[in-house]
Order: sequence, then C-alpha cells, then structure tokens
Amino acid sequence: MKRFTLISVPYLWLIVLFLVPFLIVLKVSLSDAALAIPPYSPTLDLSQGWAGILVWLDGLDMENYWFLADDNLYWKAYLSSLKIAAISTFLTFLVAYPFAYGMARAADEWQPTLLMLVILPFWTSFLIRVYAWKAILSVEGFLNQFLLWTGAIHDPLIILNTNVAVYIGIVYTYLPFMILPIYAALEKMDASLLEAAEDLGCSRFSAFWLITFPLSRQGIIAGSFLVFIPAMGEFVIPALLGGSRTLMIGKVLWEEFFSNRDWPVASAVAVILLLILIIPIILFQRNEQKNREAQG
Amino acid sequence: MKTTLITFGAALAFSAGTLSAEQVRVYNWSDYIDEALLEKFETETGIDLIYYVFDSNEILETKLLAGGSGYDVVVPSGTFLQRQITAGAFQTLDMSKLSNAGNLWDVIAARTAQYDPANAYSINYMWGTTGLGVNTGKVAEILGADAPIGSLALIFDPANMEKLAGCGVHLLDAPAEVIPAALAYLGEDPNSHDPDGIAKADAVLSAVAPYVLKFHSSEYINALANGEICVAFGWSGDVLQARDRAWEAENGVEIAYNAPSEGALMWFDQMAIPADAPNPDGAHKFLNFILDAQNMADASNYVYYANGNLASQPMLEEDVIGDPAIYPDAATLENLYTTTPYDIRVQRTVTRLWTRIKSGT
Repeated sequence: MKRFTLISVPYLWLIVLFLVPFLIVLKVSLSDAALAIPPYSPTLDLSQGWAGILVWLDGLDMENYWFLADDNLYWKAYLSSLKIAAISTFLTFLVAYPFAYGMARAADEWQPTLLMLVILPFWTSFLIRVYAWKAILSVEGFLNQFLLWTGAIHDPLIILNTNVAVYIGIVYTYLPFMILPIYAALEKMDASLLEAAEDLGCSRFSAFWLITFPLSRQGIIAGSFLVFIPAMGEFVIPALLGGSRTLMIGKVLWEEFFSNRDWPVASAVAVILLLILIIPIILFQRNEQKNREAQG
Repeated sequence: MKTTLITFGAALAFSAGTLSAEQVRVYNWSDYIDEALLEKFETETGIDLIYYVFDSNEILETKLLAGGSGYDVVVPSGTFLQRQITAGAFQTLDMSKLSNAGNLWDVIAARTAQYDPANAYSINYMWGTTGLGVNTGKVAEILGADAPIGSLALIFDPANMEKLAGCGVHLLDAPAEVIPAALAYLGEDPNSHDPDGIAKADAVLSAVAPYVLKFHSSEYINALANGEICVAFGWSGDVLQARDRAWEAENGVEIAYNAPSEGALMWFDQMAIPADAPNPDGAHKFLNFILDAQNMADASNYVYYANGNLASQPMLEEDVIGDPAIYPDAATLENLYTTTPYDIRVQRTVTRLWTRIKSGT
C-alpha cells in the first residue's frame, strides 16, 4: 500500500499538471466559436446530469482541425517555426561550444565564477532582456550608432522587426541552456585521454576532433533539445523583435486567441503544436535514458 | 464541509474589504486621458484608482469574454460594445448614481444608441475619426507639393506607397477599421458584411502591405512625432497628440491630420461596466466623475478628441472645439460613415484575411 502511494504521487502530478490542462484545451478545440462568456459552445452543463453530458458530446466535432488543414497559413507557420527553431539551435550551438569549452578548460578555482556569470542573466526578467535588444537593434539603436561612428556603415542597418533580430534574440536568450549541458559533458572528460592522443602523434586539432568533440556529444544533444523545443513555440521574441512578416506558430496562436478571439481554432493549433513537439521530446527522453544506462 | 468553505471565503472577502481601501480598476485606451484627472478622482473620492491601458478592441474583447476580467470600467468602441452586450458582458447602468448624466450631448447619444439601444449600458467617453496622419514636410519632399495627403490614395495606391516605404508608414492593427477604409477607397460600401465584398479589400491591402513598416495601434504617436515615420493611418486625436509632441520637442516635424476625402470612419468609445465588475458602485462613481463637464473638458483639451458631453463645450480650448479635424463641420460630417459589427462567420473571414495581409502569406 505504502509503495503504491509512493508511486502514485508522480502520476498524480502528471495528471493534474499535464493531462487535465491538455484535456481542457482538447475539449475547447472541438467546440465552436460563439459570442458568449466563455466564447465557445457547447459548454458542459453538469447540473442536467447524464443528459447534459450527452448534449455536450453531441456538440463537439473536428471542424476546427479540418479548417486548419484547409488553410495553408498554419502549415506555413509550423514549417517556418521549425526552420527558425532549427537554425537558431545551430547558431546557439556555434556560440555556446567555445564558451563551454573555455569554461571547462579554465582553472578549477575560476569555474564556479564562470558558471555563475552564465546563470546571472536569469536574475533579470526575460521580458526586460528582450526589450533591451530593441534598444540595441533599432534604427537609432546602440549598434547602428556605434557602426555609423566607426564608419563601417553609412546607412543604418535595419535589423529590428526582421528575422535576423529573432535569431539574435533566441540565441541570446537560450545560450545558457546550450552552454550548461556541454560544459557538464566536457568537465567530466578525462584530460589524460588528450595527453595519450598527443603522445601517439595526434595534432591538437585532431585530438579535439577525435576525442573531445565525440565525448561532448551527449551534452550537445541535450542542449539542442533544450533550445529547439521552447524555440519552436516561442512567442515573446518574435512578437517583440520580429516584424509582421515573421511567421511563427506561437505568434499565430496568440493572434488566434487575442485578435481573432477564436478560442476553438487557437486550441486546435495548440494541440497540433503539442503533437509536433512530442516527437523531439520523446527523442530527448530516449537520449537521456541511453545516457543513464551507459553511465550505470 | 461546503458551508464551512463558503463561510471561510466570505470571512476572507470581508476582511480583505475592510483592510484595504476601496479600489476601482479602469481599463482604457492608451494615451487617452489627462493623468492629472486620475489623481483628482482619487483625492475627491478617496478611492484607489488602478488604471490599465490597451490599444486594441480585440484584446479588450478577449479579456471580457474570458470572464472574470476584474475590471470595473472598460472602454470598448461602439461596434464591439454591441457584440459584447449580446454576449452578456455588461450590466445596465444605474442612472440614479449618475447625477451628471444630464451633461450628455443628445446628438452623440442618438448615434451611440445605434450600438447600445437607449444607451442603457454605456456613456460616451470620446469619439473621433480614423484617417491620415502625415509628416507634411517629408511627404511633400517625396511625393511633391501636390501629394494626395487628404486621400486614401496616399496609402492604398502602391505607386505612392513604394515611394513612402523608405520613410516609414504605419497602419492601425485593427481589421475592423482598415478593411472598411480599403472598401471606401474602392468606392464600395465600407460597412459591407458580404464575404465577396470584403474580399475586394484584400487586393488593395495585399498590394500595399509589403511597403508598410508596421501594423500597430499605438506606436505611431511617438514615431510620427519623432519623424521616424512619414505617414500613419490612425485615430484623429492620436495624430493630433503627435503633432503636439513634435511642437513641444521643437524638432521641426510638422504633422497634419486629414479625414480621407473618400469617407472616414466615425467611431465612439463607450464607458461600460462589466457584468462581473468587483466594484460596480465605485465604477458608477468613476463614470459620474468623467461625466462632470469640467473633467471631460480637461480630458478633451489634453487628448484632442471630441467628447459626448455638451456641457463641457464652453470649457474646451479654441484649438479643440474650433478644429474641424476634432469637431467636424457639416461638410465633413456628411463624409463620415459608421460600421456595424460582423457576425461570427464574417468575423472569421475578416480576421483570416487580416492575418494573411499582415504576414504576406
């Protein structure tokens, strides 16, 4: 009995924090938009008991999903989000790897400080940090003023309200999620392996490529998922830094909910986004599991 | 068990009520009041005024229809008010608590009754038109002295927009206002609810959308005033506020507002009390405060919008009451149109069209 209680706690959390909200969203996605409070119908009337439930079930249909399939805007937005998430994950990796490498190679007494510096930006609100980029990237922003002053450019660059600004925002925001797992992998590495490689005539670069890089692979995979999954559904960064032509599913979802006031369609978009994300989430889980087994 | 919970809840609510001062939560449009009035309300009534702002009717409606918004006073425009009344979002006003209601202007009340029959749910706060805000110097430089600054051709003719793009054009992020304008430009009925009729706006808007720097409903005030953009399709008073800010900054930027010659949308922003307002009594006090002639005059003098308060007119400054861009003369009034709310199916067509136009897909 005791054992059963112990096991049931995590499942209870799963049901309360994931399954119930998901079922609510799923239910709304099967309803029709209506001019009422809340703005969809049918609503479940439990006071009528079983008959109420039947009436409610009868009112649900897949119409909103057909509608999504019909309208290529959504597919374009999903694809464009996939593209933006994939490119920014790669860019984040390019920036993060040297970072993590430097941290792992730094003197032991420095490492806690460096780690702290990576985590430090989290102490400021995410929203404020993204807003700060508006001031840096705008036409009259710091970056343009600096470049004009150095004479590198003659006309200000238009970066804000374009996809470039979105990439910059995502790379900046998610950088720690990539650095930390790579750092963890590199830090565990046995340095004598590199000495052995050099003794056997490996150049420093090939030693890095043949030993260090493969050993950090687990960290790279973990970091990539940690960046890719949230970047896919990102809303704040494209809304603040992107232009009206930045098509991302998080933004479409927001518009569907707030501007179009179409909760059922918004919910259907969310359900499909979840289904799309389940694939990388499962892959991530598998990878973690393999890791644990390899270590155990 | 259930009774205990209710008693506990009631006790909690009661203690919360006695501990903190009375509060009124007002949700109004951004840049839409003289903030000195907010302080004045607090001093006069001793009520804590918590003031939030929005810049889109759509967002307000989302919050209202979700229920439990927590606001005591909200300010939707006429067509949205009408939809929300149908949805049961508002409570009827208690006229016995609005001693200043006699100040209202019957001419405006007659027009707002189109959305709120008998004006039972709302009072008019301000009204205005949607039109063209132009940086006259820069536009003349780009399009020549005979630039059509009083015509929708300025923003809906791609030839003009192509030239203006480099200088910056903002359009309101409000499909319910931009689509009727595009129809008016084509000479169609701006209040068309026929999907085929509305589709005609698509061609006009899609052709100029690539040249639009931003679809946004509040940033254009500062952008116009700073000279960052040349043209904004926006709300009359907001453009005039931009004109004023440019004057104050003495930055050489000259802004003008024109109601388009093809016809301009006339809209009414109405103050109403949500059905589930936590403090309807305080909300009535706020409404009555706004209905006061002097307060309403102060508000209009500050934001350059006409109001629906006849008694406030003697207190209005000459550059408000005497400006036909704010209080239109008979000829301009002739050229104004009003719209009625879309039903839920047409609404979907309209919003879909809008998302497409903005994202260029």
